[in-house]
Amino acid sequence: MNDLLAEVFRREAGPCTATLVRVLGDIDLAEDAVAEAFAIAAARWPQTGVPPNPGGWITTTARNRAVDRLRRESTRDERHLAAHRLNTEDMEPDHNPELDRLDGLVDVVTDDQLRLMFLCAHPALGADAQVALILRLLAGLSTDRIAKAFVLPEATLAQRVVRAKRKLHDNHASYRIPRAGELPDRLQSVLTAIYLIYTEGHRNGTDLAARTAFLSAEAIRLGRTLVELMPDEPEAVGLLALMLLTEARQPSRIGADGKLVRLADQDRTLWDAALIKEGHALVRSCLRRNQPGPFQIQAAIAAVHADAPSPGATDWSQITALYDHLYALRPNAVVALNRAVAIAELRGPAAGLTALADIPEGALKEYQPYHATRADLLARSGHREEAITAYDRTIELTTTPPELDFLTRQRNALFSAD
Amino acid sequence: MAQYLVSVWHDDQYEVDFSTPQAQRLSAQVGALNEELKKSGAWVFAAGLHPASSATVVRSLAGDVSMTDGPYAETKEQMGGFWIIEVPDFDTALEWAAKAAAACEGPVEVRPIQG
Repeated sequence: MNDLLAEVFRREAGPCTATLVRVLGDIDLAEDAVAEAFAIAAARWPQTGVPPNPGGWITTTARNRAVDRLRRESTRDERHLAAHRLNTEDMEPDHNPELDRLDGLVDVVTDDQLRLMFLCAHPALGADAQVALILRLLAGLSTDRIAKAFVLPEATLAQRVVRAKRKLHDNHASYRIPRAGELPDRLQSVLTAIYLIYTEGHRNGTDLAARTAFLSAEAIRLGRTLVELMPDEPEAVGLLALMLLTEARQPSRIGADGKLVRLADQDRTLWDAALIKEGHALVRSCLRRNQPGPFQIQAAIAAVHADAPSPGATDWSQITALYDHLYALRPNAVVALNRAVAIAELRGPAAGLTALADIPEGALKEYQPYHATRADLLARSGHREEAITAYDRTIELTTTPPELDFLTRQRNALFSAD
Repeated sequence: MAQYLVSVWHDDQYEVDFSTPQAQRLSAQVGALNEELKKSGAWVFAAGLHPASSATVVRSLAGDVSMTDGPYAETKEQMGGFWIIEVPDFDTALEWAAKAAAACEGPVEVRPIQG
């Protein structure tokens, strides 16, 4: 029963909270009500069994508890008003047959979740706050768990969530799906926040991997939900495809010795064929719409990598073309760096170094992957002294132990290679 | 409906010389925005301020009134003017703020008014 309850919570906490935010008009009240409803479920379901529509049950129970509480505590006018609004809401009165009512609830739930996504990823909030709110409200994670994943004191994380909720509340942020004109910007903010959650899950070294891997799983789950909610948004599909194709390669990313394995050295038989197949299908379906965006192109690049049975079989000319396209849409230094890597594979390390030299000086001065790439290309094109200096700089900027270990080995190999 | 303070910020080095083409342009842009705000019903109030060096800080401690010359905030950035707008929600306020930032050719701060 505990497992089942945990599963229901995982699946339903987000949608239920989303609906309750709409009904109650307040994030805190909604969170409390949903928590209370789950506590009641934990006490009752072992005897009664799980109801046929657990999400509907939780939502209705949470709503009823909130009404009771508001009536009890309605000393303040504001709360009187809230209770009054609840009584005139479409969810009440109960004279419809129970099932109809629950079906009706389920219908609105999808829109509620989308509203909550747009609210949590509001561009007026910082990226940190967006991520914390999404994980708290949509994924139903405890602040303790989120804090551990981000290696932050729980109080800091909790404060971040409180502050973000307060800002939305004080600013009268609306609980609505953005209008067509604002949608591209607002959607970008949602997609970026979900992708940030995904990459955070795989950013850390092995010692933290177990603690953070669930973030990637949550991001994929949120990505799936978003695609269900907005099936016509090719960038949402592109994001999901990108996450799935990246996830497919995870099993080969860290070797048996706990060391980071480069893409070229990965055991491709460990790649998850089912995820790759799903990712490929998604890439095809979104590109067919002919509204290319950054996530779709990155997914297409991941798909080309996944297509290659061996590193030598990688279609680098297609990857270079895709990076050209991505750079046209997002002309930033990080994209230029990845483009240079592709060029190096296609036309050799010297061509890669030339492409690197085109990146404005200073743009990537503190960016570890830039120095790692440069060191590798210098080594491969026979500039040993410069390569060693570049590796030293890279190592200075590296924080994760597996990567540090890998780079040190690469650097030391240059001394013995005579 | 909710009210917001939309304030305009800049380095306090500026001296307003209304004869420069830049000042003329800004003034025309802000004037047009004010008209638009009034037409939409979002207008409550707006004002441009004299430079912060013209400010006086007044304190009242147990009946003792003291005054100091100059602005309260000892920072380079000072408020140069503001709007009070009344709109249905945050996103609408942010849309007006974007227009205000474009009209002033500088950053604006949006802050909800209590109540």
